[in-house]
Amino acid sequence: MPTSEGAAQKLEGAYVLEHLAKLQPAMPSGGTLDISGVTDLDTAGAWLILSTSRRSGTEVTGASKAHALLLAAVKNALPPDARPKRPPRHVEMLERVDRVGRMTTIAARGLGRIVGFFGMVVARCFTTLVRPWRFRFTSLVFHMQETGLNAVPIVALMAFLIGIVIAYQGADQLRQFGAEVYVVDLISISVLRELGILLTAIIVAGRSASAFTAAIGSMKMREEVDAMRTLGLDVIEVLVLPRVLALVIMLPVLALIADFAGLLGGALMAWYELGISPGIFRTRLLDTDVIHFVIGIIKAPFFAMIIGVIGCFQGLQVEGNAESLGRLTSRAVVQAIFMVILADATFSIFFAAAGL
Amino acid sequence: MAGEAVIQVRGLVNRFGKSVIHNGLDIDLFRGEVLGVVGASGTGKSVLLRSIVGLQKPKEGTIDVLGADVRHGDLSATQSRWGVMFQDGALFSALTVRENVEVPLKMHADLSKDLRRSLADLKLAMVGLPAKAGSLYPSDLSGGMRKRAGLARALALDPEILLLDEPTAGLDPIAASEFDSLIKTLQQALNLSVFLVTHDLDTLHATCDRIAVLGKGKVLVTGTMAQMLKVEDPWVHSYFHGPRAHAALAG
Repeated sequence: MPTSEGAAQKLEGAYVLEHLAKLQPAMPSGGTLDISGVTDLDTAGAWLILSTSRRSGTEVTGASKAHALLLAAVKNALPPDARPKRPPRHVEMLERVDRVGRMTTIAARGLGRIVGFFGMVVARCFTTLVRPWRFRFTSLVFHMQETGLNAVPIVALMAFLIGIVIAYQGADQLRQFGAEVYVVDLISISVLRELGILLTAIIVAGRSASAFTAAIGSMKMREEVDAMRTLGLDVIEVLVLPRVLALVIMLPVLALIADFAGLLGGALMAWYELGISPGIFRTRLLDTDVIHFVIGIIKAPFFAMIIGVIGCFQGLQVEGNAESLGRLTSRAVVQAIFMVILADATFSIFFAAAGL
Repeated sequence: MAGEAVIQVRGLVNRFGKSVIHNGLDIDLFRGEVLGVVGASGTGKSVLLRSIVGLQKPKEGTIDVLGADVRHGDLSATQSRWGVMFQDGALFSALTVRENVEVPLKMHADLSKDLRRSLADLKLAMVGLPAKAGSLYPSDLSGGMRKRAGLARALALDPEILLLDEPTAGLDPIAASEFDSLIKTLQQALNLSVFLVTHDLDTLHATCDRIAVLGKGKVLVTGTMAQMLKVEDPWVHSYFHGPRAHAALAG
């Protein structure tokens, strides 16, 4: 603690980090700083003494040899005094507007780059058709197992439960009109046309888009992707094409399984709740237009394309740090699900306009 | 150089499955010295450092750091008195460089935000980083700058002991020799005791007061550079008399 002695301020005690918060307000504002009484000194204490002396334009005297060495080292490193001032208010407002504009252009450019990437994948598809021996079949089969076969249990269970829910809810409403038997149409059309494929695509987006981003992203982080490029390997051909194609092949299969499971769940519930026997269910089901099933399945490869391309694209955007990997993985999932739903809505409008 | 031992390791035994890394290893770090620890790959230099800072639980032996038992005691008091720099700086990637240096200050000292910031900037300047580096993220820095930032974080609390794991690995010769002189300067100015694991003969020559050579699960020899040159052990001999060693000594 400083004690005043005429013009010279005598500092005493330990000037160390521990006491810094207490010492700082007690620092004298003028007079020579005599530190001969300072027992302990560390860089934090030295910083306090030196910045005080600089602010008031005074000198520091009485340093022991060890303290002088420390003071010199800290003095060399002392940053220039100019503190960054808080910008005036209108500048802050402008900055906010500026940020909105910047984010908008970044988003627009990002969308453009995904479309560009999609084009590259399609182009690589055609060059691979010309030179099929360069295609990685082992990788394709591996990803078909990962994204397709291994997803069967969860997809089937989900669709089965959805079938049950629709039958149960539908039965409740239809019974009021004595139109129980229409529950078969309700189940078959909603599952075959929309819910089977849409919910399957959402589950696959959550499972596989994130897996693609994480796998490719960690390769990018460890410079494996760069190593491939220097060896003349085409990244899209090696990493992206097998994954996207595996999804394009497997998503319709998964959608088909989801359709079966959904109908099974619905039929069981209709039998249990409404007494519609499996035989009647089958007869009514065969009366349903097959176009609903076709429309559902036809959407699957498109959804697969969206999920695969977005997952791989975000993986290739990963930078050197672990944080960007996590951020882009979650972005891939959100973007894939959103785009799948957007595409589904577009399909609905298209088929309605086409009168299907 | 005899004096108070700030780190005292006795009878250290480390085993991973069947492979014995340390078998009754004794080593001391005395106050105010720079101890260089060398050894062939796989002799357990990094394991020794990890044991000292409590990251690796040894099978047997005692480790005393500043009078506290690392194996059984409460480390929280000791943790503010040592600074550890890992190989690539081990900066927290989600924080800026300045925030990285502020982490130990936040943990162990009660300071206002402004004060913390000023001290962090001071530490960054002391390790020779430009002022604008403070607001960058670790991924924006070069390898040499990351190591400097790691050193600044290790020094944030003005520790008495500084433990460095391969501080010059991966740096170009100019950056490495700058780092050597930085360590030496800071060691003298802050009166640090430095435990330095390295492969770099130039670093040994430029900064170390004493050298300990690990091998066969123990410390083979300790002594100054001049004493090392006279040791008969074949590995130690070829280490300090190889072509690279001659270049380092000549330089």
